[in-house]
Amino acid sequence: MDAILIQILNGLDKGSAYALIALGLTLIFGTLGVVNFAHGALFMIGAFCAVTLQKILTISVTTIDPERTDFLGNPLKVQTPYVENWFGPEIGAAIVDWAVPLAIVLAIPVMVLVGFVMERGLIKHFYKRPHSDQILVTFGLAIVLQEIIKYFYGANPIPTPAPSAFRGSLDIGVWLGFDPFTIIYPYWRLVYFFFAGTIITGVFAFLQFTTFGMVVRAGMADRETVGLLGIDIDKRFTLMFGLAAAVAGLAGVMYTPILSPNYHMGMDFLVLSFVVVVVGGMGSLPGAVLAGFLLGILQSFASMNEVKSLLPGIDQIIIYLVAIVILLTRPRGLMGRRGVMED
Amino acid sequence: MLGLERKDTLLMFAVAFITLLAPIILNPFPAGSALAQFNAGYPDLMQRFVIFGIFAIGFNILFGLTGYLSFGHAAFLGIGSYSAVWMFKLLSMNVIPAILLSIIMAGLFALVIGFVSLRRSGIYFSILTLAFAQMSYNLAYSVLTPVTNGETGLQLTLSDPRILDGASSGGLPVTSLFGAEMRDTTTLYVGPWTWDFSVGYYFCALLMLIAFYLSVRIFRSPFGMMLRAVKSNQQRMNYTGLNSRPYTLAAFVISGMYAGLAGGLLAAMDPLAGADRMQWTASGEVVLMTILGGAGTLIGPVLGAGFIKYFENIFSKINDGILHQWFAFMPDGLENFMVTVIHPFIGKGWHLTLGIMFMLVVIFLPGGLVEGAQRTGRLFRRRDRNADHVESDAARQRAAAE
Repeated sequence: MDAILIQILNGLDKGSAYALIALGLTLIFGTLGVVNFAHGALFMIGAFCAVTLQKILTISVTTIDPERTDFLGNPLKVQTPYVENWFGPEIGAAIVDWAVPLAIVLAIPVMVLVGFVMERGLIKHFYKRPHSDQILVTFGLAIVLQEIIKYFYGANPIPTPAPSAFRGSLDIGVWLGFDPFTIIYPYWRLVYFFFAGTIITGVFAFLQFTTFGMVVRAGMADRETVGLLGIDIDKRFTLMFGLAAAVAGLAGVMYTPILSPNYHMGMDFLVLSFVVVVVGGMGSLPGAVLAGFLLGILQSFASMNEVKSLLPGIDQIIIYLVAIVILLTRPRGLMGRRGVMED
Repeated sequence: MLGLERKDTLLMFAVAFITLLAPIILNPFPAGSALAQFNAGYPDLMQRFVIFGIFAIGFNILFGLTGYLSFGHAAFLGIGSYSAVWMFKLLSMNVIPAILLSIIMAGLFALVIGFVSLRRSGIYFSILTLAFAQMSYNLAYSVLTPVTNGETGLQLTLSDPRILDGASSGGLPVTSLFGAEMRDTTTLYVGPWTWDFSVGYYFCALLMLIAFYLSVRIFRSPFGMMLRAVKSNQQRMNYTGLNSRPYTLAAFVISGMYAGLAGGLLAAMDPLAGADRMQWTASGEVVLMTILGGAGTLIGPVLGAGFIKYFENIFSKINDGILHQWFAFMPDGLENFMVTVIHPFIGKGWHLTLGIMFMLVVIFLPGGLVEGAQRTGRLFRRRDRNADHVESDAARQRAAAE
């Protein structure tokens, strides 16, 4: 029982990342009808927002401390971040420590802006072109974006730790009445899960309970009619692209303590999130979320030793295997809508 | 000739001419001169040109004719390489059985994968092929290590049985074609120029010409017509009571066999096979080649493959020192500025150049380099005709005035 619980928990954080990226992909596909292969790159840019903020916050001034000496006997050079000078050592250190969550504030405007520029500058011109053209141009864009990031940040992963308050692990087993140390779960993954849950709820609430969301949903169902009613649907869809970019970016920001960001993390996640979208059903937002968590959990179950000894290698291929089976047996995916990409 | 129309015969001859004289054409700069780094006429690179040319020609038979965008073609390349290396290990260092096996194995895999994937079309087909290729890649890395030798990659060892060759003495044997070693190279010195003619290159070039000829025949055949019909309107074809799946499956298997041949040749030139040949970025590369050259055209994919491989090898070798030499004629400040501006696009950053170029082609020239050439050609021709019009108009007016 506790083994099963552990696997479910392990699947949740990866599943949350899949779900968030797939949610953004589906938002873009459902509204604009564009297959966005650059979405993984948006996830990566979000992660690098966190890296950038961490770098900015740790810009330091070097002072010489005459009282202490280094091992050669010279006066010790002390690096103090400017933030500590400005806000005092304690608050300053806390700000540096909390760089990753703080990066959310930076990432939202940056990602929305990137989304706007992408949509207005490039993708707008591809609405009428075939899907394969959209795939190709966004694939090219993804290459360009990741090479730009590589140029500025290098090819090595950059460690971005979580705030020290969240670095330990939580003994969840005790809460549920198991023996201590049977189910241990890192705090940050728990944070990530709740964060993802909040964002997903927020997006759904926005679409479900606001007038803006209602118009967008109407546009997803029948774009032409909404346009005939005198609503500038294009403008709203551009906003949705910005929102989708922000969701992917935030997923990236918060994922940095789990996986040190490097320039090709976007491509690594992209393939899997496409599989997730297709399994969930093109154009279905609940489907994307459901499939994200489902595949995350399935993957962690497949990496259990008991399963691996039974079916060697299953942990490597389970997601693709599930995708193939679903695509062949349920043409629309798990929760796909009738009439969306049904060829 | 050879069952081709006049235009295609000409194209065939042009391609044959260029491929056979490539060691000379690709080395236009004398060895040792400042521009010698742009020479592409060394055997290793030329082999890559033709091998990836074969790969792209095959991919084009599927994507260019039927419009099915496969994102998993590298799997067949990898399978071809693995089967070829196994043949070298078990049977003989002769390349013929190795290449035959790699074509057959890739064809079999393509039959199975194609049979399943072609049940869907559009993006679902792309995802299905991607899923299959990623599965093969992941398996080759992990569980199939006894067959693929995992991360190290499959290589020759001294203890391999090699039934036909018998035990080898001394070092590792090299791949050969009935005794002619693949790496044999004759270097010709003409004045300051050096030209390398290698057995391996000519072997690959010959196979590429055959592959190209077959693809021309496929393009012009009723079968090719059927595939084009699938691209333009599959639904309509189904309504006329025609089952298009056998045709698309045949195209998929043929293009898989082309990829297998390319993989086998890669192994024949360098008997080593690794799983990274199957990764999805490798599949992306062949897509880039085909689109960049011109999907659906005969010569496009070969051009694209040559273009990308040339830039990969030549562009990535340019460094800041060379740039400084080029701009040395400028004033210092301007020189440094130019070097700083160009720096991100060369050397390790050539992927950035490739990405930008690829985007530009997709946005402005959906037909690739071939369409670009045609458009420029048409531009000149139209201008000529306009000039004719103007002249004839002028003549008529003059006649009327008189």
